[in-house]
Amino acid sequence: MNPTVLEQPRPMQELLEGPSGKPMSYWQLVWWRLRRDKVTLAAAAVILLIILSAVLASYLAPYDPFQGSIRKRLAMVGTPGHVLGTDEQGRDMLTRLLYGGRMSLVSGVTPVLIALLVGSTLGITAGYVGGRLNLLIMRVVDIFFAFPSILLAIAISGALGAGLKNTMIALSIVFTPPIARVAESITTQVRGWEFMEAARASGAGSLAIIRHHMIANVVGPIFVYASTLISVSVIIASGLSFLGLGVSPPNAEWGLMLNTLRGSIYVNPLVAALPGVMIFMTSMSFNLLSDGLRDAMDVRL
Amino acid sequence: MERNEMLLRVLDLRKYFPVRGGLFHTVRAEVKAVDSVSFDVRRGEILGIVGESGCGKSTTARLLLRLIEPDAGEVYFEGLNILKVFSAGMKVYRRQVQMVFQDPYSSLNPRMNIEGAVAFNALVHGASRREARAKAWDVLNKVGLHAEQFGRRYPHELSGGQRQRVNIARALVLDPKLVLLDEPVSSLDKSVQAQVLNLLQTLKHDLGLTYVFISHDLHVIEYLSDRVLVMYLGQIVEIGSAEEVSAAPLHPYTQALFASAPSMNPDERIKRPPLTGDPPNPINPPSGCRFRTRCPHAMDICASDTPPLLPVGETGRRVACYLFGNGKDFSPSPPLHRSQVQVEDVANPISQQVQG
Repeated sequence: MNPTVLEQPRPMQELLEGPSGKPMSYWQLVWWRLRRDKVTLAAAAVILLIILSAVLASYLAPYDPFQGSIRKRLAMVGTPGHVLGTDEQGRDMLTRLLYGGRMSLVSGVTPVLIALLVGSTLGITAGYVGGRLNLLIMRVVDIFFAFPSILLAIAISGALGAGLKNTMIALSIVFTPPIARVAESITTQVRGWEFMEAARASGAGSLAIIRHHMIANVVGPIFVYASTLISVSVIIASGLSFLGLGVSPPNAEWGLMLNTLRGSIYVNPLVAALPGVMIFMTSMSFNLLSDGLRDAMDVRL
Repeated sequence: MERNEMLLRVLDLRKYFPVRGGLFHTVRAEVKAVDSVSFDVRRGEILGIVGESGCGKSTTARLLLRLIEPDAGEVYFEGLNILKVFSAGMKVYRRQVQMVFQDPYSSLNPRMNIEGAVAFNALVHGASRREARAKAWDVLNKVGLHAEQFGRRYPHELSGGQRQRVNIARALVLDPKLVLLDEPVSSLDKSVQAQVLNLLQTLKHDLGLTYVFISHDLHVIEYLSDRVLVMYLGQIVEIGSAEEVSAAPLHPYTQALFASAPSMNPDERIKRPPLTGDPPNPINPPSGCRFRTRCPHAMDICASDTPPLLPVGETGRRVACYLFGNGKDFSPSPPLHRSQVQVEDVANPISQQVQG
């Protein structure tokens, strides 16, 4: 029998290195790998569904989210006319969940976007300039980093007061330090690579170098890290509303709904758990998506 | 006709790196990476700089481009002191002096295709996108990479030799006068090394370039250079033409260096390595001559005063060793060829010849 050299089967090889043939830029390669990752695609589909349903809530919802009838309170799941039952004030659950998605998504995603902007600016500046400025910025960031995120969020939220805007401010403050840290670390690493020296040796100014060489290399890992923060943000935002520090009643928001349905948990446990299920699905999907993104970006160069 | 015009003149270049420690990052000690280095680069020549790892060759190259700021000294490029110019002047200078880096893998931006990487240099100096692209294609063709085929590729799709060609192309796109090459072939296979070296020679001839070629590989330096400069622990120990230095190395360190290079002839074996031990710590180098701790001819004066780089003979040869110079008439002894090296040989009567 011929001793055969064990080769990696082609599909695996392609997964590690990308298709041979026409040259692909790094991002094209990432996209190509993402498309073949079934789990990530499924998670992306779920998120898309949730986002769409939240955006189109006013068209999809059968009832008014604020209109309730005491007689119909705490109906079971599957009651005719109320597919997902009603809450303790008789408002339709499906409607409230759809509208609640808006609040939860906004308060989950927006702080991360703000933190991404502010944190990466701080981090990239600190990393590129180095020296004393770097030390200064990082020490300030470390002060915030010393607090566990939930406690910090509660403290800031409590100090600012309740309300959606304050929740988002609090969460932005909570998420800026970790992003700044990651940005600074990546920037310092990239700065030490020889092509950065070559760029400086070409006579280019700092801004041109950052724009053409630094940003493209640095954006990837920062973005992936920020996407992992979205799943955390959704949970903390709902948590803050649950504690009464976020959106106030009668607005629909998943965390708030969990709070108000707490008393009815023995009467209608399934309905009481529904907002939690939504939070879980959203957070989990973002989590899986960010994991898939990270794997796709881990291309062996 | 010999064109001996000084393209680059380096005087007493110095760079000490601070070693910080303690609670407040105070400076505890200094790594004397480059210590009073002086040399000239003539137009049209290839100056080879050779030495062990850590002797300061790469630092010197970066000091010449001001990628690292020198602590002291002067560097004159075509008569202009480039250590005193500001950013606009530096931009002009950097157009005329370029550098090819050592590692072909990290010296290219992984997110940029190679025509973009090469064209970036031209863009920086005011070319329009189209001009920059045209120039990039032109120079990529010159280094042997078909621009239509290779231009859109990314670094991870090229081999080491191809990437190094891109590096060279990037350095040449601005038509520089002087190219500093920091160990450009050290990380390539031998066969690829030969191709790249031949390419460098062709380009130099066609474009009228001057090279400063840094390497730790003696064969490469011998093959390529016109003049050779030997560095040890941040100082120059010998300068001379390549033939002279390789045929008859004078400084004991140079002798040991050439003797320790393995020979192509398998019958010639080195019985015992002529140079033992590690170079001393550059934070605390030996007083006087830095090589004296490993030198078989060390004398008392070597410990008290640093030997200056003095001329020996008429051919522009200079050695920093108390065995030579000072008016002593030195005639080269039988060359210490690789085949002759044994430990007994190294402790050999050169010193007796000079004193006698």
